[in-house]
Amino acid sequence: MSVQTAFDKAKADGRAALVGYLPAGFPSRDGAIEAAKTMVAAGCDAIEIGLPYTDPMMDGPTIQDAVHQALVGGVRVADVFRTVEAVAATGVPTLVMTYWNPVDHYGAGAFARDLASAGGSGLITPDLTPEEGGAWLEASDAHGLDRVFLVALSSTDERIETITGVSRGFVYAASLMGVTGARSAVDTGAPRLVERTRAIIDKGRAPLPVGLGLGVGTGAQAAEVAGFADGVIVGSAFIRRLLDAPDAAAGLAGVRALTEELAAGVRQGR
Amino acid sequence: MAGLVQYFTDRIGRFSHDRTRFLMTMDTAARGAAPVPDGTGHFGRFGGRFAPEALMAALDELTREFDTAKHDPAFTAELDDLLANYAGRPSLLTEAKRFSEHAGARVLLKREDLNHTGSHKINNVLGQALLTRRMGKSRVIAETGAGQHGVATATAAALLGLTCTVYMGEVDTERQALNVARMRMLGAEVIPVKTGSRTLKDACNEAFRDWVATVDDTHYCIGSVMGPHPFPMMVRDFQRIIGVEARRQCVDMTGGLPDAVVACVGGGSNAIGTFHAFVPDESVRLYGFEAGGDGVTTGRHAATLVGGSLGVIHGMRTYLLQDDDGQTLETHSISAGLDYPGVGPEHSWLHDTGRAEYREITDAEAMDAFSLLCRTEGIIPAIESAHALAGALKVGRELGPDATIVVCLSGRGDKDMHTAATFFGLMPEGEGE
Repeated sequence: MSVQTAFDKAKADGRAALVGYLPAGFPSRDGAIEAAKTMVAAGCDAIEIGLPYTDPMMDGPTIQDAVHQALVGGVRVADVFRTVEAVAATGVPTLVMTYWNPVDHYGAGAFARDLASAGGSGLITPDLTPEEGGAWLEASDAHGLDRVFLVALSSTDERIETITGVSRGFVYAASLMGVTGARSAVDTGAPRLVERTRAIIDKGRAPLPVGLGLGVGTGAQAAEVAGFADGVIVGSAFIRRLLDAPDAAAGLAGVRALTEELAAGVRQGR
Repeated sequence: MAGLVQYFTDRIGRFSHDRTRFLMTMDTAARGAAPVPDGTGHFGRFGGRFAPEALMAALDELTREFDTAKHDPAFTAELDDLLANYAGRPSLLTEAKRFSEHAGARVLLKREDLNHTGSHKINNVLGQALLTRRMGKSRVIAETGAGQHGVATATAAALLGLTCTVYMGEVDTERQALNVARMRMLGAEVIPVKTGSRTLKDACNEAFRDWVATVDDTHYCIGSVMGPHPFPMMVRDFQRIIGVEARRQCVDMTGGLPDAVVACVGGGSNAIGTFHAFVPDESVRLYGFEAGGDGVTTGRHAATLVGGSLGVIHGMRTYLLQDDDGQTLETHSISAGLDYPGVGPEHSWLHDTGRAEYREITDAEAMDAFSLLCRTEGIIPAIESAHALAGALKVGRELGPDATIVVCLSGRGDKDMHTAATFFGLMPEGEGE
C-alpha cells in the first residue's frame, strides 16, 4: 500500500498527515514495535522504520544515540523487516528509512522483494539521489514500492524537477540545512521550498504529496507546518521521549502523549 | 616512436616547470589521457556522488569552480607560487643507498616529508584553500586521522585568513597529541569526535554533519582522494604533482623510468598523487601498501582492497570493510592516518583493472621499516610512510638488484615519536603506555 493513501486520507479530512519515525531495535527489538504501534494508535498516519547504520552521516545526536543503542543490542537487517511486518499489520503504510549502503550490500532487488513481502510501502533514502539510484528505481518498479527522495533548501528547480519526477508516495522536503534533531523554530525557508516543490509537481502529470521533516518536535510546530505542507514528519522528538523515560511504560506514555499533541497540531493548521 | 614523443614531452615539461608547475601537471594529465573519472565522477563502477541532496548544489558549484580555476592562469600562477615559495616544491628525490642494500634494489625516496608542514597534505590543501577563497567562502573544515591533513589545513587557513575547524577522532587526538597542539597554535579549533570508533571515519561523519549545516560560507577541505565527486578527482589533480616531479627526477637521475612505484594507501591521496603520472607508463609497476594491522586474517586491520568488498561510504562507491549487513567494520592500524575502512574510488578502479597491485603491511613490518630507515638513512618517516618502505623491502627482493624503485615518503615521523618510542621500549620507565 503506497504511503500516498495516508496523505490522501488526511487531505480528505482537511488536514495534514502525521508521519512518525523510529529506528528498528530501539529501545529494543520488541520495544520498537510496541512504540510504533503506540504511535499508530495515538494518531500517526504513516510510520518510518529506521535501519540502524554505523555511520549515520545525516543524523544529529539524538538519532545517533538511538541507532548506536540498537546496534549494540545486536539489531540486524532481518529485524528491520520483522518490525515493518508488525507495524504494517496495523494497517498504516510503513516505510523504511535507510542510508544506502545496507540496501546496496543486501542487493537492491532482494531488499525490495523482502520489504514488499513484509508489507512495507517503500524506502526513504537520505543519501541516495535519483542520479545514483538506477538500481533502486528498477527494483522499486519491479516490486511496486514507494521511493521517497529528498529535496533541500539548496536544491535548484532543475533538481527538484528530477527528484519529484521519480519520487513515489511523497517527496520529503528537508526543512533546514542540517542534520536531524528537534529545533526550537521551523526554518523560515521551509514554506518557500514546499511552494517551489508544489509548483514544479503541478507542472508534471502525476500528483505527489510534499511531506516536511527535520527539526519538528512540538504540536505548535506541527500546526505551523500543516499550514503549508501535506505531511509533517517527526523523528528525534519521539526518540527523546524514549531516551529520557525512566522505564518502558513511561517511554510509551511519553510517545503516546507526543503523538496526541502532534496529531492535534496537524488538525489545527488548516 | 612513442618513446621519442615521451622524451620530448619530458624535456618540454622540464623547461617550463618553474613557471607553470600546476599547469604542467594538467598537460601531463592530457598526455596520459586517463579516461577517468567520467563527467559524473565515476571511475568505472566506482566513485560517483552518494550524498544528501542538501550538498548537491555545493558539490556542483565546487565542480564548476575547480574546472574554471584550473584553466585560469591567475589561479594556477598563485598556486604554483605557493607550492614553490611556501611549501618548498619541488621536493627532493633522494637515493637511499644504505636502505637499498636491505631492499636488494635501488630505492629512491620522493621526499614529501620535506614539504612545509611535513607531509604531502599541503599540496592538496593549498589548492582547496585558494578555491575556498575564490568561491567567496570564509571558513574551512577538515577531518584528520594522524593530524597531518588537519595541520596542513590549519596552516593554509592561517595563511589565507580563513576560519578553520578540524574534526579528529578522540582516539587519534590522544595518539597524535603533538599535532593537536600544532593545529591549535595555528589558530584552528580542534573538535575531538567521541562517536563510533572515535577514529578517522567518525571524524569524516562529523565533518559532513557540520558541512550540511554551514555550506553557505564553509568549504569542506577533504584530505584524501575520497568523498563524493568532485573530491576524488580534484584531490588527485592537486596531488599528482608528486608523481610528475618524481618521474622527471628519476629520468634525470637514472636515465630512465623506475621499474616500480610504491606508496602507502589509507584513503590513498599520496599514492594516487605518486601513481598518476606513471599510469600510462606500462613498464612501471605500481604497488599500494595498506595497513595490515595485526594481519588481515586476524580481522584487526585496515586493508580495504585486500580484505574488503564493494560498498558505499562517505559519498563514494568503493571497496569497504563491512559486515554481512553492510555495517562498517572497526579498523585497526598502528598508523592513525591509515586507520580507515574505505579507500579512494580510483584505487578501487586501479585494483579492478589490475593496473596497480595492493597488498598489506602489518604493524610490526611497518615498525621494522621505520626503524631501518632511521638507522640507515638518518630519516625518521611517518608511520604511514613506513608501510610504503616495508613494501619497498618486499618489492625490492622480488624485482632484484637491477630494479629501481621510487617510494613516496609521504611524511615525516616527528608526530609519531611517542608511538615509536613506546613500541620500541625507548621510553624511560613510567612514561610509556
